[in-house]
Amino acid sequence: MKSLTDYEKIGRNKRRRQAAGKTVTYVLLSLWAVIVLFPFYWMILCSVKSYSAYNSEYIPKFFTLSPTFQNYVDAFTAVPLAKYFANTIIFTLATTALMLVVIVLAAFAFARLEFKGKNLLFTLFLALMMIPNELVIITNFVTITNWDMRNTFMGLILPSVTSVFYIYLLKENFEQVPEELYKAAKVDGTSDLKYLCKVLLPICKPTVTTITILKVIECWNSYVWPRLITDDENYFLVSNGIQEIRENGFGRENIPAMMAAVVVISVPLIILFLIFHKKIMEGVSRGGTKG
Amino acid sequence: MEKNNLKAWLYLLPAILFLGVFMVYPLIDVFVYSFEEGYNSASQTFFGIGTYNYSYVLRDPYFLQALKNTFILVIITVPLSTGIALLISLGLSSIQKVREWYQTIFFLPYVTNTLAVGLVFMILFKKTPYSDGLMNLLLGLFGVSPIDFMDGPYWAKMFVLCFYTVWVVMPFKILILTSALASVNEDYYKAAKVDGTSAFRTFGRITLPMISPMLFYLIITGFIGAFKAYSDAVALFGTNLNAAEMNTIVGYIYDMLYGNSGGYPSYASAAAIILFVIVLTITCINLLLSKKYVHY
Repeated sequence: MKSLTDYEKIGRNKRRRQAAGKTVTYVLLSLWAVIVLFPFYWMILCSVKSYSAYNSEYIPKFFTLSPTFQNYVDAFTAVPLAKYFANTIIFTLATTALMLVVIVLAAFAFARLEFKGKNLLFTLFLALMMIPNELVIITNFVTITNWDMRNTFMGLILPSVTSVFYIYLLKENFEQVPEELYKAAKVDGTSDLKYLCKVLLPICKPTVTTITILKVIECWNSYVWPRLITDDENYFLVSNGIQEIRENGFGRENIPAMMAAVVVISVPLIILFLIFHKKIMEGVSRGGTKG
Repeated sequence: MEKNNLKAWLYLLPAILFLGVFMVYPLIDVFVYSFEEGYNSASQTFFGIGTYNYSYVLRDPYFLQALKNTFILVIITVPLSTGIALLISLGLSSIQKVREWYQTIFFLPYVTNTLAVGLVFMILFKKTPYSDGLMNLLLGLFGVSPIDFMDGPYWAKMFVLCFYTVWVVMPFKILILTSALASVNEDYYKAAKVDGTSAFRTFGRITLPMISPMLFYLIITGFIGAFKAYSDAVALFGTNLNAAEMNTIVGYIYDMLYGNSGGYPSYASAAAIILFVIVLTITCINLLLSKKYVHY
């Protein structure tokens, strides 16, 4: 009898310990979630406070009872935010589209075509993956300047339309498609290009989508190259725009309007993320890098 | 076969062209620049060949400041972010309920614009005549007197920079570690349970060795990423990082290239190569260490 109660006691203790452990885990995870989400909450909150309300709060309030959208109006009228936005969209779309063409063609050649020096060339490509951007950006800056492409979309786009890593990723995926399909297409007299567009790309659509999304994120957030290559406001992207707003825009440190601009800039990517979060996270864990 | 050869090169032509012009040529050119003394970007002439650029950069107080900042940033943020990410991933893998929610939330900073969110952090930490800012309010609860984080003492600014850097790099690390933990074979844990192994020992003897390749991958990429820190600092302290004493090596390179102090691609190249050598050395040390400790 005694031993039974002992077992019960041990079991109860164990369950209690486990429950305590679970609670601690949830509390810690929630704490990090708060740290992650709080800046987003704060930017939205500040963006709907009026200028006078914001500046009169010596102790910042955690909520507002009189939200205003005036800051959003200011963000679009006092500074050319719409222009920055349009520039970024053009830049992102053009870069991503061009890159897709370049990498799909290259990946196809590596995956399906036979030619002399293929292995050597592919090794060279892989070696290029290790080159840090900081090392080549100096000459690229001089090159683009010499070509008179500063403050043009061409200058912004050209250096970022190839990615060795994405060529590698796509090539691996292309190779997983059974080669019989390619041979069958050849027997039918289908051209390589047609095979690529009608068979290979549809089959590899998930990878292509992942690459597209990752590139869009990268373009939307790019800062360093656009900063070097543009000093004309008409060609600023959102990152440079926000820096410009911070240093010269709005005057007298209009924080609520600044926050409205920050919200506007962040929203497109957050929406993209909410729709595609599974794909994005999968793509990044397959070999995205940052930080 | 001949025809196929030609066609293959045609398919590769765009990629080769772009890589050649914007990666291979610049790679060679940056070394050339770094040895050309007294290069003038307007006339594109130089006086001679030598190592003056390197000695100039290494004696430049701004570069030394940037070097110091970068090293402090690396030493603090890499272990800290990897450690916290490991803790969080372990927590994540021990729960089932709402796990995906947490994962999605934790990944959010990855997709945000570093410059934009940096502004929010600046506001959270900034002390102005009108307000002490939220962080100081929070610290006030613990009886700490207000600190000017954005324009105040060096360590306060460094703290903000480290805090923001960790916040930014965390999503990637959590994601990688969670998937590494999920890929550990359940059988090992079951066997440990049968043997009555303590949780602590299970972690040290099973979990850690099994995820060590990924952990090391994160440490290596973490070092590389932290050495290249730049936009986080700009987001917090503005483009004039030298004035804020918060410049980084990459920031120094860009300042030399462009802006008010710019126009010196030679100095920029020398600094870039110094950075590259530092990163390469650290990565090699990491790889050597990984041979000793990592189970593949």
